[in-house]
Amino acid sequence: MTSELDIFVGNTTLIDEDMYRLWLDGYLVTNAVALRVRSGILEQMGSTAAVLQSDTMDRYRTFHMLERLLHAPPKLLHQLIFQILPSRQALLIERYYAFDEAFVREVLGKKLSKGTKKDLDDISTITGITLKSCRRQFDNFKRVFKVVEEMRGSLVDNIQQHFLLSDQLARDYAAIVFFANNRFETGKKKLQYLSFGDFAFSAELMIQNWTLGAVDSQMDDMHMDLDKEFLQDLKELKLLVADKDLLDLHKSLVCTALWGKLGVFSEMKANFKNLSRGLVNVATKLTHNKDVRDLFRRAVLPKSVFSVCPLPRWLPTPGPLGPLHGHPPWLPPAPLS
Amino acid sequence: MPGKLKVKIVAGRHLPVMDRASDLTDAFVEVKFGNTTFKTDVYLKSLNPQWNSEWFKFEVDDEDLQDEPLQITVLDHDTYSANDAIGKVYIDIDPLLYSEAATVISGWFPIYDTIHGIRGEINVVVKVDLFNDLNRFRQSSCGVKFFCTTSIPKCYRAVIIHGFVEELVVNEDPEYQWIDRIRTPRASNEARQRLISLMSGELQRKIGLKVLEMRGNAVVGYLQCFDLEGESGLVVRAIGTACTLDKLSSPAAFLPACNSPSKEMKEIPFNEDPNPNTHSSGPSTPLKNQTYSFSPSKSYSRQSSSSDTDLSLTPKTGMGSGSAGKEGGPFKALLRQQTQSALEQRGGSPHRFCRRREFPFFTLTAFPPGFLVHVGGVVSARSVKLLDRIHNPAFVGIMGNTRSYKLLDWNSFNSDEPETRDAWWAEIRQEIKSHAKALGCHAVVGYSESTSICEEVCILSASGTAAVLNPRFLQDGTVEGCLEQRLEENLPTRCGFCHIPYDELNMPFPAHLTYCYNCRKQKVPDVLFTTIDLPTDATVIGKGCLIQARLCRLKKKAQAEANATAISNLLPFMEYEVHTQLMNKLKLKGMNALFGLRIQITVGENMLMGLASATGVYLAALPTPGGIQIAGKTPNDGSYEQHISHMQKKINDTIAKNKELYEINPPEISEEIIGSPIPEPRQRSRLLRSQSESSDEVTELDLSHGKKDAFVLEIDDTDAMEDVHSLLTDVPPPSGFYSCNTEIMPGINNWTSEIQMFTSVRVIRLSSLNLTNQALNKNFNDLCENLLKSLYFKLRSMIPCCLCHVNFTVSLPEDELIQVTVTAVAITFDKNQALQTTKTHVEKSLQRASTDNEELLQFPLELCSDSLPSHPLPPAKAVTVEKASPVGDGNFRNRSAPPCANSTVGVVKMTPLSFIPGAKITKYLGIINMFFIRETTSLREEGGVSGFLHAFIAEVFAMVRAHVAALGGNAVVSYIMKQCVFMENPNKNQAQCLINVSGDAVVFVRESDLEVVSTQQPTANCQSSCTEGEVTT
Repeated sequence: MTSELDIFVGNTTLIDEDMYRLWLDGYLVTNAVALRVRSGILEQMGSTAAVLQSDTMDRYRTFHMLERLLHAPPKLLHQLIFQILPSRQALLIERYYAFDEAFVREVLGKKLSKGTKKDLDDISTITGITLKSCRRQFDNFKRVFKVVEEMRGSLVDNIQQHFLLSDQLARDYAAIVFFANNRFETGKKKLQYLSFGDFAFSAELMIQNWTLGAVDSQMDDMHMDLDKEFLQDLKELKLLVADKDLLDLHKSLVCTALWGKLGVFSEMKANFKNLSRGLVNVATKLTHNKDVRDLFRRAVLPKSVFSVCPLPRWLPTPGPLGPLHGHPPWLPPAPLS
Repeated sequence: MPGKLKVKIVAGRHLPVMDRASDLTDAFVEVKFGNTTFKTDVYLKSLNPQWNSEWFKFEVDDEDLQDEPLQITVLDHDTYSANDAIGKVYIDIDPLLYSEAATVISGWFPIYDTIHGIRGEINVVVKVDLFNDLNRFRQSSCGVKFFCTTSIPKCYRAVIIHGFVEELVVNEDPEYQWIDRIRTPRASNEARQRLISLMSGELQRKIGLKVLEMRGNAVVGYLQCFDLEGESGLVVRAIGTACTLDKLSSPAAFLPACNSPSKEMKEIPFNEDPNPNTHSSGPSTPLKNQTYSFSPSKSYSRQSSSSDTDLSLTPKTGMGSGSAGKEGGPFKALLRQQTQSALEQRGGSPHRFCRRREFPFFTLTAFPPGFLVHVGGVVSARSVKLLDRIHNPAFVGIMGNTRSYKLLDWNSFNSDEPETRDAWWAEIRQEIKSHAKALGCHAVVGYSESTSICEEVCILSASGTAAVLNPRFLQDGTVEGCLEQRLEENLPTRCGFCHIPYDELNMPFPAHLTYCYNCRKQKVPDVLFTTIDLPTDATVIGKGCLIQARLCRLKKKAQAEANATAISNLLPFMEYEVHTQLMNKLKLKGMNALFGLRIQITVGENMLMGLASATGVYLAALPTPGGIQIAGKTPNDGSYEQHISHMQKKINDTIAKNKELYEINPPEISEEIIGSPIPEPRQRSRLLRSQSESSDEVTELDLSHGKKDAFVLEIDDTDAMEDVHSLLTDVPPPSGFYSCNTEIMPGINNWTSEIQMFTSVRVIRLSSLNLTNQALNKNFNDLCENLLKSLYFKLRSMIPCCLCHVNFTVSLPEDELIQVTVTAVAITFDKNQALQTTKTHVEKSLQRASTDNEELLQFPLELCSDSLPSHPLPPAKAVTVEKASPVGDGNFRNRSAPPCANSTVGVVKMTPLSFIPGAKITKYLGIINMFFIRETTSLREEGGVSGFLHAFIAEVFAMVRAHVAALGGNAVVSYIMKQCVFMENPNKNQAQCLINVSGDAVVFVRESDLEVVSTQQPTANCQSSCTEGEVTT
C-alpha cells in the first residue's frame, strides 16, 4: 500500500513556524522528518512517523507553492489563492528574506552574478549552511538588487515598499545592495573581524552622506552610487594634514563633537594626528574605482589607527570614517550616537 | 423583456505575461451572456490593465437570467495571429434575482483557465434590473430562494414546510462527443463547465417553479449532484425541501407581517402578488407533466433494461399493515392520519394544485423545535442499474453543430432518457416511502440521494430517517384543534422523538423495547439510528464521537449485466456487515444512538467499498447498551478458551475506557449494570445471521437483540477474528480532540470563533498481489485511520478542538486505486469554560430553544385573535409584497448599502456547518454552486499528482471566496464538496480533476460587535441593522 497522493488544503493556510524554518534552512524532507522525530513531537501527539512524513511533505509543498508569491511580496498580500492572516503573511515574508550572518559576510560586496552563484557550493561548505538555503539567500539579494537598482528615491523606502520588509531588514538589504553595487571589498583577511552589522552601519552612513541622492535632493535617484564629485573633492582634505592650523582646528572640532561620546576619547585625542593622517590618506585616494572598492581594507589598514583604536569598539559609533564625513561643511554632520 | 443585466469591467491585475518579447500583455475582455457578446478596448502593454469600461447592458428574459451564467473571457490581443485566451470567469447571477439577497456583485475574481489554473484577477461589477413579469405562463422562477443549509436558515422563520421537490436534467457529456476528438482539451473542458453551469441554472429554475406552484418561496436543504455517466451522458439532479420562509429580523420591523393569522398570512402575499401563476390549477407546464407523469408502479421499473437487477423491491409483509388505521393508541393514529393527509392529500380540493404530494420527504436534518414528533429509524434503498447509451442520432447531431449548447427540450425529442432516470429515482423513493410506512411513520427526514458509477453500472442509493412530524408546519393550519393540546402536552418531555412511532404489537422487526428512561411513559427502542442531526432539545449524556464502519468486498470483473448481477448479489452482505460493524463499534463506545448516519457504497472495477460514518451519542432516554460478548465455537479447547477470555477482557476494558473518555456516566439507578456483559451465549450464538435481511432496510437489521444483554460475537472462523480485531484497532483521537460528522458535537457547546475548514485527499495504490478481502479491509481501514491521525496531527495547534461535520467520500478511480476525500471543520472550544458552564449552557440553550419554540409555535396562534385592521395595513402590505413577490423590485434592493469592499483581501470563512460559532448570520446572499475542471499535460512540472490537486483545491477555495466576497459576504456556510473526480495518467504526464462545490454565501456579524450595534440602536429596523452589521464586519 503506497500513498499516491496525499494532500491537505485548509481554507486558511496554516503556517507552522518550525516547519517553515526547516524548509528555509534547506532541509530535505527526510532530514526534516528525522529532526522532527528527534524533537519528540511524536510522543506528544501519539503519532507515527508516517504521519510526520505526510505532514512534512504537505507543508513543504505548501511552502513551495508560496515561494513564487514570496518573490514579489505585494503579490502575497493581494493574491486570492491562499488565505493567510496578515500577521502570518508578515512572518512568511520576513523569514523568507532573513539571511545568515555567515552567508552574507561571504557575499557582501561581491557582484551578484552567475559567477558568484557558482561559488555558492564553496560558501555552503565553508559556512555549513545548506546549498539550498544559500541559493535562496543569494537569489533574494539579487532579486532585491534588480528591483531597486534603477529606482529613484530612498533605497530603504524602495525596498520596504516592494518587499514589505521590516525596517531593520530593509536597512540591511539596503546595505547589501549598496555594497554589491559598489563592490566594496569585504572578504580580505584583515576585514574578517568586522561583522555584517559593522558594514551595514557604514553603508547606511555612506548612503546618507556620500551618494548622489544624499547630495542633491532634486536628483533623488541614485542612492546606490557614490557621488564622484564628492570623492574628487575629498582630495582637498590634504590640507588637514598639511596645514598645522587646520589640523588643530579640526582636532578641536572633532574633540568637541565627540566629547563624552567615545569610550576611547583620550586615546583618540592623543593620537589624533596619526588618525587623521591615515584617514585623509584614504580619503584623498578615492578617485579610482579600484581604490573605492578597497576603501574598507585601506580604512582599517593604517597601523596607527589600528593600534591605537581597537576598531570593534569604535565601529558601533562612527568608526574610522567618522571624522571624514564630519568634515565637509556642506554635508550634514554625521550622527554620532 | 423582464430583466436588464449590466456589467462593467473595471481592471485586471497580476495578469500572466503573454508576450515573451516585451514581458507584457495586451489584454482585453469579452463579456458574454446568452448569445450577446461585448468587448472592452485593448489595454496595451500592461499586466495590470485599467479598462474602466462602460456599462455593458444585456436585455434578457428572466428565464435566461436564471439559466445562463455570465461569461467573462480575458484575452491577449494579437495583431497577426489569433488572440490568446488568458482565462475565464463564470459568474452565476442568480443571487441578484432574489429580493433580499445581494444587490450587486462587485469585486476581484480570479481568472481561471482549465489548463493553467488561476492567472491573475479581474475586477467586475454586475447589476440586474428586474421588471415585474405578468406572464402567467412564465418559465422562470426568479425570487425563490435556495439554501444548501439543511435546517431552517438562521434569520428566517418557517411558516410552512411544504415538502419534497426534485428535478433532473440530462444532456450529453461534451467530453464524449465526436467533436471532442478534434478540439483542444481546453475547449472541451470549457464546454463542459459551461454546460454544467447551464444545466444547474435550468435545474434550479425548474425546481423554483415547482416551489412556486406549491406556494412556497424557498428551497431549503438544496442538494444538487452530477452523475457523469460517461458515454451515456450527464445527469444533473437536485432535491430539496420547499418551504415558505419569513424573514426573522428585529421584531419591530416585521411585526405586522407576523401578526397576520397563519391562514391569511399566506394568502396575503400571494393575493397581492401580481404573478397569477400561483393560482393556476393543474399541471401548468409541459415540463411538469414530464416529470410527474409516471406512475410509481412496480411494473414500470422493468422498463430500464432487461437486466434490471433491482434489489429494492423485495416484497415486504407487513408493509401494508404499517399504515395508520389499525394501530393501537388513538392519539398516534389520529396524529398519523392528520399528518398523512397533510402530506399527501393536500392538493385534494380543486382550487389547489392537483398534484398529489407523492413523497413526504424532507432533506432537512435539523428542525424547528416541535416539528419532529417521533423517529422510527433509518430507511434506505439501493438499486443497481445499467446505463444505456443514448440512441438518438438527432441528439448527437444537434449537440455537435451548435456551439451554444442550448439545452435540449426533451419533450421535443422522443427520447425517454430523463424519464428513465426519473423513473429510477421514483422507484427508489417509492421504496423508501413504503419502508417508512412499515415503521409506522408517514414521513422521511434527513433524506438524501447518491449514486456511484463505474463504467456502465450505476448504484442509486437513497436514505433517510423515518419519522412522524408535527402536522402544523406542513399545513395551512387546518388541523389546529384538539390535536394541538395533545401535542403541547407531549412536547415538553424532550424525549418524544425517541419514542417509537410504530405499534409495539405489530412491530415491523423484532426489537427490544423499554419504557423511556426519561419520561417512563412511552416505549423506546434500545438503539436508535438516524440520518439527522441531534435535535437541540435532546438530552445527551457525555460527549459524542465519530463512528465509522469500513468494508471492502472483492468482485470479479465482469461486463454489463453479469456485473450488475454480481454487484446486486454482494450489496445485501455489504449492508449487513456495515451495519453489524456500526452496531459493534457503537456498543464498544458505550453509546446507544447514531446520528447523521451516512452509508456510502462505492463500486469499482473489481471491488465494492462501503463506508458508513455517523456520530454516536448516549441518549438519556434510551437504555444503557449492553456490552459485547464473544463466544468461541469450540468451547472445549483450553488455549482457545483462554484466548477468547483474553479478547473479552480487552473488549470490556475498551468499553470502560471509552465511557471514561466520552464522559458517559448516566445517572444509573435502575437494575441495569453498566458495561458488564451478562453471559448468555447460548441464546444468541448466531447473531442475526438467520434473518433474511433485505439489504436495503437497515432498521430491520438493527434492533434485534434481547433485553439488557450483550451483543454476541461468535468467533467461528478467521474472518470473525479479523472483525473483532478490527474493532479494537480503532484508536481514539488524541486527548483534546473530538470528532463527529454532525453539525455540532453533542456535549460541547462553548465554541470559540476559531474555525478552520479543510479538505484532505488521499489516494493509495493497492499492491495487486495479495488482494484478499481481509487485506483489502485492512488497507482501507488503515487508510481511513491514518488520514484521521494526520488530521489530528496537523490541527494540533487548535487543541482543544473538535472536528465537526467530518465528511468522508470514497471513490475508486482505477483498478487498484482507492481515493478518500475528507472535508470537515475544526472548531476550537474553551476547555475551562466547558467544565464550569456546561450545565448552565445546556440549560440556557434549552431555555432558548423552548422560548424559540414558543415564539415559533404560538406567535401566529396568539395573534390569531388580533384583528388584522388594528395594524396599519399599508406597511404590512409593503413588507409582505416585498418579501413574497418572487420578482424583486429593483428599487427595494438598492436600500441596503453595498458591502464594504476593503482594499486588502478580506477574510472569507468557509464552513460545512450551517452556522458560525460566536457570530450571527444577518443575511443570506444566495447559493454558491460551482463546477470546475482542471487539466494538465505537465503533471511532473506541477509537482506531481499531489502538487496538481493541492493547487487545484486551493484555487477552488479561492474562487469560492472571491465570489462570496463579491456578493458582499464574509462567509460560506453549509459548504460541501460534492464531487472531486480525479484521473491521472502518469505515463502521459497528464491529469484531470473535476470539482463541484456548493454552499450559502452569508454576511455574519460577530456577536460582540452585534451587541455594540444593538445597544447603539435598539430600535433599529431590519434594513438598517443589517446594513450596520455589514459595515462593522
